Formats: sequence, structure tokens, C-alpha cells
Amino acid sequence: MESVDRLVVQEKTGAAEGVVALTLARPGGGRLPDWAPGAHVDLTLASGATRQYSLCGDRWDAHRYRVAVLRELDGRGGSAFVHDELAVGDTVGFGGPRNHFALVPSTRYLFVAGGIGITPLLPMVHQADLVGADWALLYGGRSRATMAFADELARHGDRVTVHPQDEGGLLPLASFLAGAGDDTVVYCCGPAPLLAAIEDATAHRPPHLLRTERFVAAELGAPVRDEPFVLELARTGATVTVGPELSVLEAARRAGATALSSCEQGTCGTCETPVLAGVPDHRDSILADHERAAGDCLFPCVSRSCTDRLVLDL
Amino acid sequence: MTATTTPPATPPATPPATVPALDVDPFSHETLEDPLPMQEALREAGPVVHLPRYDLFAVARYAEVRAALVDWQRFPSSAGVGMSNFRHEEPWRPPSLLLEADPPHHDAPRAVLSAILGPRALRRLTDRWFADAEDLVAGLLDGAGATVELDGMTALAEAFPLRVFPDAVGLPPEGREHLLPYGDHAFNAFGPSNDLVAKGAPRVGELSAWVASQCAREVLTDDGFGAAIWAASDRGDITPAQAPLIVRSLLTAGVDTTVHGLGAVLHGLATHPEAWATLRARPERARVAFDEAVRWQSPVQTFFRTADVDVPIGGTVVPADRKILMFLGAANRDPRHWADPDRFDLDRDPSGHVGYGMGLHQCVGQHVARLEGAALLTALARRVERLEPAAAPVRHHNNTMRAFASLPLRLHLDGVTGPSPGRGRGGRRGR
Ligand code: HEM
Ligand code: FES
Repeated sequence: MESVDRLVVQEKTGAAEGVVALTLARPGGGRLPDWAPGAHVDLTLASGATRQYSLCGDRWDAHRYRVAVLRELDGRGGSAFVHDELAVGDTVGFGGPRNHFALVPSTRYLFVAGGIGITPLLPMVHQADLVGADWALLYGGRSRATMAFADELARHGDRVTVHPQDEGGLLPLASFLAGAGDDTVVYCCGPAPLLAAIEDATAHRPPHLLRTERFVAAELGAPVRDEPFVLELARTGATVTVGPELSVLEAARRAGATALSSCEQGTCGTCETPVLAGVPDHRDSILADHERAAGDCLFPCVSRSCTDRLVLDL
Repeated sequence: MTATTTPPATPPATPPATVPALDVDPFSHETLEDPLPMQEALREAGPVVHLPRYDLFAVARYAEVRAALVDWQRFPSSAGVGMSNFRHEEPWRPPSLLLEADPPHHDAPRAVLSAILGPRALRRLTDRWFADAEDLVAGLLDGAGATVELDGMTALAEAFPLRVFPDAVGLPPEGREHLLPYGDHAFNAFGPSNDLVAKGAPRVGELSAWVASQCAREVLTDDGFGAAIWAASDRGDITPAQAPLIVRSLLTAGVDTTVHGLGAVLHGLATHPEAWATLRARPERARVAFDEAVRWQSPVQTFFRTADVDVPIGGTVVPADRKILMFLGAANRDPRHWADPDRFDLDRDPSGHVGYGMGLHQCVGQHVARLEGAALLTALARRVERLEPAAAPVRHHNNTMRAFASLPLRLHLDGVTGPSPGRGRGGRRGR
């Protein structure tokens, strides 16, 4: 069976100064899990650290994901690795997609992007356009050359305002938001100062009409392991070693467990299993961050272990 | 209100010569009484089959059914998941925001319902539903003697969902008897406009009006699935106009399905004594047993899609705008995928069956269904030593569902007569 937790780099292209776009696919070419605008995937790079990247491709293409990676200023860690070393044909670890920034139904949207924060908004504006909503995008960046996907956005004409700081100064948030009525949902993704500014600018409006996602540069969670770990089934005491070629679900079945599953891609929730010991390496599309942090259950069709030993209630 | 389907006005293009044609009627009474011979003929005829009677394409093998189910991009649902093509015919009711919608419109309603009906959200209902099941079973068995004969459909398969599900949604007590006939008609309406649809037509207006009236915020209790859907509209995750139609989805899809799912598992257990023995010895298998029954009987037998473009599948091409009928029940018994598929077998791993569909539209209520199944089976296994048919079951014919009208059962009770005192409700409760 095709490994569900790795993707292969199919294309790597420059999207702007300091930004590369990666096209990712299943090593065997199969369908990828479905996603909606605002979703991100967790990618595990050679360093073992997991980073989140917003999907910015076309969801009608079931076989490819696109993400864009900014080279961070301090030049360390995952982003430098992607820029300098990751090559077409390499594989990366993969979890998700997950979505904490979903596009809610509305007839009017205002989108505000800061820098690489354009990535989750790109599929949103395409979708807003598709459903015939009234929308506008204000897109800021340090300079025009650093702003990815401005070319793709050009076809939307004057709905899109590209506003490089070196040409026009800070984003004109107040005038952009001036017309927002109670039927307008504002979406913003970018660095923390931009989010603070937009929260101020919309403080008088009902809170659910502002939806934000912070562009997180930090690396998240416990480092993910590629080495085998030991899976213990609490109900029978059976143990089995899980190498990278095996899912926890498959390993548990080989060790005699009955574990009902369905989608086997971390979306349907059928295989949810309590964790009794060990730290899960969550790869599903289901759990919210606080549920992940609790570490008391996992979806063994895709999720794995950060620790040497994982004990499941199976 | 036009209920149904007429043949397309323009003669359709002849299907490619490579597609075998099979002159079967999946919606005749003869087939609905026993669809298995037709399903086998469809599977053996080829990966894709043309049904000249309705000028339809059909898939009945596991691989092709699954491939069509997950491919929402090329096989969308918004043109209807029944025989009628909404691009050319008016639906009999405002289309479902889930079942009959595609991305992006499908996204928000689906996200909201997935959270409300997800396993972690259902935990608060688990103990109550297990206790309700024990209570229902006690009401039937207490003081009844060493054996009890009952109709498994009315006494158990209908009684249990009707006891727990409308409460969980938050419906008022009055009028709940409309739920089953409404669902029965809705599932008939996915088929051709045959006598089954005609039978339901006189009451459509009345039933639809009742269902619509139950979806209003002020009618629903403030702690059920319905209130949670309205709360999502307060948060702006869906619009207030969407909320009542999403409540309606629960009322249409959430009752008859589990009734006939429970009928299926009771029938399986009654006709397979070794399976009942397994369940008695390992009651934690109740959840798997329920899914095995959903595979084996496939209470939802069929759904349609519409080709958005010319779609290559199974060595042929389904032309754009043409309907394709997916036989979930046939896929769940495809010997290419399942060993000894006609056997109801508690030692089998039914994982991956398509009885709840697969992909983007896969049943959002599947965790509710499994919880109902696990609760009722656990309660029965605690008290019933042996279960057997008391007479031949009677099928109920529906264009979409594989259903029972009655399921006469004889229950041999554990040990002495009367309630089994002091049996704590310990042990795991299934998840
Ligand atoms: C054994 C019981 C059940 C069976 C066999 C069943 C079967 C199915 C199937 C086959 C689909 C997929 C339709 C498609 O792909 O077009 C589906 C969808 C759906 N089911 Fe169920 N179902 C069951 C119980 C329930 C329950 C209890 C609920 C409500 C709580 C429910 C609500 C829904 C809804 C709302 C959808 C549409 C989902 C979407 O399109 O995203 N079902 N069901
Ligand atoms: S089988 Fe669907 S989440 Fe694991």
C-alpha cells in the first residue's frame, strides 16, 4: 500500500524574491486528501521539525498540492532547507490537511494579506470569485519583487490592490475597511503587527466578522521520528515494532487487534483510539490544536509516535 | 412540485460500444425483494454497465464504486444523487445543502455537522444512550419468561432510534410519527417515478411542511444537535438561512437509515448463531458487528452522481451530463475485494466498506449510527443468550434502502427469568 505520510516534490519554482513554490504529490500518484481554502498541511523536513504551510493550489486538482515557502530572515531551519537543499524528487513527511481558517459563507468579503500571508487567501479569493461574491483584496509586502502570486491575481483587475511598502507605505486599512457592513466578513493573514492593526481597525464590529490567521514562523511540536518505535496493545499486552513502512493501524492489526477504520487518510474519524502512554505524532485532519496537545487519542490510520513506545487502548 | 424523472427530451448519444448493456430494473419489486442476483449480474457484466431501461450508466464493483464516490471533482452531487438530473429537472424539494451540494457550497455545512456529530462531541451522549438501550430492552424482557417473541423492527430497530435520536436533535414530542414516512419517501424519490414514489406523493406536502416546521430555532430544545446548528449560524460559520436546511438533513438522513441498519444487524445475528456467540463473548465487538451488517445488508443500496465532463472509468467513458448509478450494496459484496462476501461474519474486518459512502460526502452521521448500534447490541447481549428468527422476515421495498417491514425474532433469555440484578454497567462502551 502506498505510504500515506510522505509526499514527493514534483516541482520547485521561484514565486518571488525569497519565496519558492513547491508542487507536492503522492509518490504513487494517487489522490490526495480533500481540502478547502484556509487549510494547511504539516510538512516534516529533513531536520525532523514540522512546519505548517497553507495550501495555495487548486482543490479541483486532486493529485497535487501547492505550498509557498518564504526564506526567513535569520536564514536558519526549515525554510533555508527548503530553499537551498530540497530538490525535485525528494520526499517530505506529511500530515493533514487541517483547517482553522475556513471561508465561511457570505455575500461580501474583504481580504487583507501581508507578505507570505497571501498563501491561504489565494484560494479564498478564487473561490469568492467562483461563487459570485462581492470581494476585494488588499495585498501588502516589503517590495513588489517579494510579493508572490501578484501575477495570478492580476486577472481579477481592480478587485485586487497590490500595495508594496517601499512604494506606498503602510497598508491603508482604514479606507479599505471603511465600506464593510454587517454582511462583510474580513479575512486577514500576515505577520503579528498586521493582525494587531486589523483587530484595532475592526474592534467596533461583531467579532465573528473578522477571521485571522497568523503566519507562524516558529517550528511546532515535538520533533518527528523516522526511526521505528514500539507499539503496545494494552488489552492483550502484545507489542510490535512499527517501522516507517507500516501505519500504526496496520501494525496493530498484525499484532491481533480489531480496529475499525474507513477512510484511512485521517479524515472520517472512525479509527479514533485512546492513547495510554507515549506522545502521539498527529497527522490527521480532525483534531483541533488543544485536542492534539492533550495527547490522549490518535487516529492510527495516519498518526504515529514521537516516543520510543506508544501504548494504545486496543 | 415535480417529484421525479422523465426521460431526457433529446435522444442521448449511444453509449460507447465497449460498455456492456444489461436489461435489469434495479427498482422493480422483484429486484427490491432480493437484489443480490441482479448485483452479481452487474458486477460480472463489466466494470461499467449500461442500463438501457433507464439509459443509465452503472458501477457495481468495489474499485469503480469507490473511485466514483471519492471523485467529487468529476462526479459532482449538485445535479442530484438520485435518478433525476437537477440540471434539467426541478427537484421535488429544495436540494440538501450537504448531500446535493458540491464544494465550495458544501464546505461550511459539512464542517459544522462534522463537529456536531463527531465522536468527541457524541461522548456526552454515550452513557445516556447505553442506559436508554438497557431500559428499552428491560421493558421488553423483564418478567416476560424464558423466551420472548417480538418484531425486531417495531420493538427494537424502530423503537431505539425513535427513542434517542429525535431527543438528541431536540425535537418536540409531538408529530414524531412523521419522521419514518418522510424518510421513506425521500429515499424513494432518489429512484425513478415508479409506484413507490406515487404511493408517497399524496402525503409529501403534509410531511414536508411538518419537517420544515421542526427545523426552526424556536421549535428545537436548546441542548440538541439542532440548537448546535443554530449556534453555528450565530458564530457566522453558516448563514441563518442555511441552518434550517441543515437540521432537515438530520431528519431526512438520520432515522430510516439507522432503523434499517439495526434491522440488518439483528437479522444477521439471528440467522448466524455463531456471530451471536461471538458478540456475547466479546461485547466490545458490537461496533464492528454493526459495521459488518452495514456492509452485508447495505441499508443504503445506491446513490447516483452526474458526470461533469467525459469521465474515463473502468475502461470506458461516461459522457458529460450523464447519470451514473453507484451500487454500494453490490460493491460491499464484490468478491474481487471481499473474501466470502455473502457471509455475515463477526471475525471479518469490514473496514473500508462503502455502506456509508466514501470521500467528501461520506456519511456525516456514521458515528451516531455506530453509537446507536453499539448501545442496542450491548444491551441485548447482556440479557439474551440466544436469538433466532421466529418466522421469515418481510422485506419493505424502497427505491434506495434495503429494508425490512417486519423481523419476527425469538429471544432466549439468560439464566432464570426476570431482570438480571446487580449487573453493573461496567466494561468498555465501544467508542
Ligand atoms: C446505518 C446508518 C446510515 C447509513 C447506512 C448511511 C448512509 C449514508 C451514505 C451512503 C451517505 C453518502 C451519500 C453520498 O455519497 O451521496 C450518507 C450521507 C449522509 N448521511 Fe448517512 N447513513 C446512516 C446514518 C446517518 C445518520 C444517523 C445521520 C444523521 C445523524 C446521517 C446523515 C447523513 C448526512 C447529513 C449525509 C450527507 C453528507 C454529505 O453529503 O456531506 N446518516 N449516509
Ligand atoms: S480511518 Fe478515517 S480517520 Fe482513520
